[in-house]
Amino acid sequence: MLIDFFFTLKEFGVPVSIKEFLVLIEALKKHVAYCSIDDFYFLARTCLVKDEKHFDKYDRAFGKYFKGVLAIDGVVAQIPEEWLRRMAEKYLTDEEKALIESLGGWEKLMETLRKRLEEQKGRHQGGSKWIGTAGTSPFGAYGYNPEGIRIGQQESRNRRAVKVWDAREYKNYDDSIEIGIRNIKVALRRLRKFAREGAPDELDLDDTIRSTARNAGWLDIKMVPERHNAAKVLLFLDVGGSMDDHIKLCEELFSAARTEFKHLEYYYFHNFLYERVWKDNRRRSTEKIATWDVMHKYGQDYKLVFVGDATMSPYEITYPGGSVEHTNPEAGSVWLQRMLDIYEHAVWINPQPEAHWEYHESIEITKQLMGGRMYALTLDGLDRAMRKLSK
Amino acid sequence: MSRFTGTDSYIATDDLMMAVNAAITLERPLLVKGEPGTGKTMLAEEVARALDRPLFQWHIKSTAKAQQGLYEYDAVSRLRDSQLGDAKVHNIANYIVRGVLWQAFESEVPAIVLIDEIDKADIEFPNDLLRELDRMEFYVYETQQLVRAAHRPTVIITSNNEKELPDAFLRRCFFHYIRFPDKETMSRIIDVHYPGIKRELVREAMEAFFGIREVPGLKKKPSTSELLDWLKLLLAEDIPPDALHTRDAHKVIPPLHGALLKNEQDVHLFEKLIFMSRRKS
Repeated sequence: MLIDFFFTLKEFGVPVSIKEFLVLIEALKKHVAYCSIDDFYFLARTCLVKDEKHFDKYDRAFGKYFKGVLAIDGVVAQIPEEWLRRMAEKYLTDEEKALIESLGGWEKLMETLRKRLEEQKGRHQGGSKWIGTAGTSPFGAYGYNPEGIRIGQQESRNRRAVKVWDAREYKNYDDSIEIGIRNIKVALRRLRKFAREGAPDELDLDDTIRSTARNAGWLDIKMVPERHNAAKVLLFLDVGGSMDDHIKLCEELFSAARTEFKHLEYYYFHNFLYERVWKDNRRRSTEKIATWDVMHKYGQDYKLVFVGDATMSPYEITYPGGSVEHTNPEAGSVWLQRMLDIYEHAVWINPQPEAHWEYHESIEITKQLMGGRMYALTLDGLDRAMRKLSK
Repeated sequence: MSRFTGTDSYIATDDLMMAVNAAITLERPLLVKGEPGTGKTMLAEEVARALDRPLFQWHIKSTAKAQQGLYEYDAVSRLRDSQLGDAKVHNIANYIVRGVLWQAFESEVPAIVLIDEIDKADIEFPNDLLRELDRMEFYVYETQQLVRAAHRPTVIITSNNEKELPDAFLRRCFFHYIRFPDKETMSRIIDVHYPGIKRELVREAMEAFFGIREVPGLKKKPSTSELLDWLKLLLAEDIPPDALHTRDAHKVIPPLHGALLKNEQDVHLFEKLIFMSRRKS
């Protein structure tokens, strides 16, 4: 009967597998969680969701599933009172029992419960949430929730549990919208590539044995370099103008990237790549570096990352003299092409929402120049960009 | 079946308890993630202490291999011994060094195994442990011997999110993400660590602490362990509670803030923000 729950999760895009689902059933069978929707929420999460970025989707699916359950009418009315009482006696602490007594005893409470349920029937079937969640939970098999009896109390644990998934506290961990330093780091780490370079400082056992054998049994020790992160990155950041909105996002990306690679070189440009770039944005008018020099300085094993919104007049890309800041002898597209000819691995990361791209001609042009390798500045986009780079 | 409910020095939230108990009951590994300093590594130690089970720790480095957790064949010593004509060279079993998992498998009582910071290792590392964690057995090729766990140990794995872990591995684990504690949990945590601490000081310190965490653009937000360190310092220095009022524009920066802010740029940023707010007032 939890099958619908399973498919609701699927529907919301939580990657769940049958194996994990069976584990959940097994856990329920072994009574890891019973008679509390709170516990069930946590247990199902720990069994089925394996990354905090899916927690938000899980919360929404959970909310939807249990709201849908509200529509089932009158289930509680069919639950024998005797059974409820026994359950409660079994699971309520002495304190809670005392509380029930102070509220006028068990009978009174049951009466209140019935009244509430009738009220609910009288109104619309949707009812108010706390009755529904508490009262008509389908988890009969795992024990009717004794908290249901405590309807109307402010501190009902039921309410608290509803709050957990309704609050959607894991929204920031979802990978399709938000982007923060933590998320970017995960994506950028895809760039990590293990390569053997540097000083030999690890014993190569296989080679040592082979060489020793060849050496008539006398030890001939062979060393290999230890592996370390050898990803080299050349970063170009668009500053000023239409990018001002996105500068904060870009700086986050930038600060994340900086700690990530041993070789990371960064340059700034404005709107589009021309014959000069600069390293320090405050002194951009005085200390410019020829783009040729950059291309000559860094080997073609560097990976190229542009960050820019590519939102401008198309002339700024395709025509000589099109730049808004200076007269450029050669068109920006020529410069970009030169870069791409040298560096095989390149991507353009665009902070503009992907849905807006097709409305800007300049973005389309840039995307074409990049051979389609333009990605949105979302976790998912970054992920794809980094995957592309490490291919 | 024993259940974990936190210890006198470790506050576990409901969801964390659920995850740990599920892992213990179903004898499956538990993967724990969370911000640095929220007590991921401590968890294994505390679970072992609470349930009175032996703890085997395996701290992962970037060069760690899955094989090292099972056993290692010390071929170099054997090679050396053979050159010296040592008699024990004839038995290969003399050169099999037991790893953490093997030791845990041999334990007389169910053990707790901590695999710390699994994301530090090579991307293939978790994949190499799939069968071992699933079946709790492995084969020693050198001696043709099958090692099987007498009691399935509870394996607690921590990760700092440096790498994505493979799906096949994740499917075999329970997962828990330790959220940054809210104020209520935080004061309980402080309570168990420094029982005698002045109530007033805690309140003021927490306000200052959560205030600092709110500062936009910090590279490394202070975490629980840093708060505890800071309180220790404050206690040692015997600073009066009202000195912590960051809202007071004339007190420049909380005393001993070095325990909270670990990054030069963060301290600068923080000072700059305080300076600006002072100018405004």
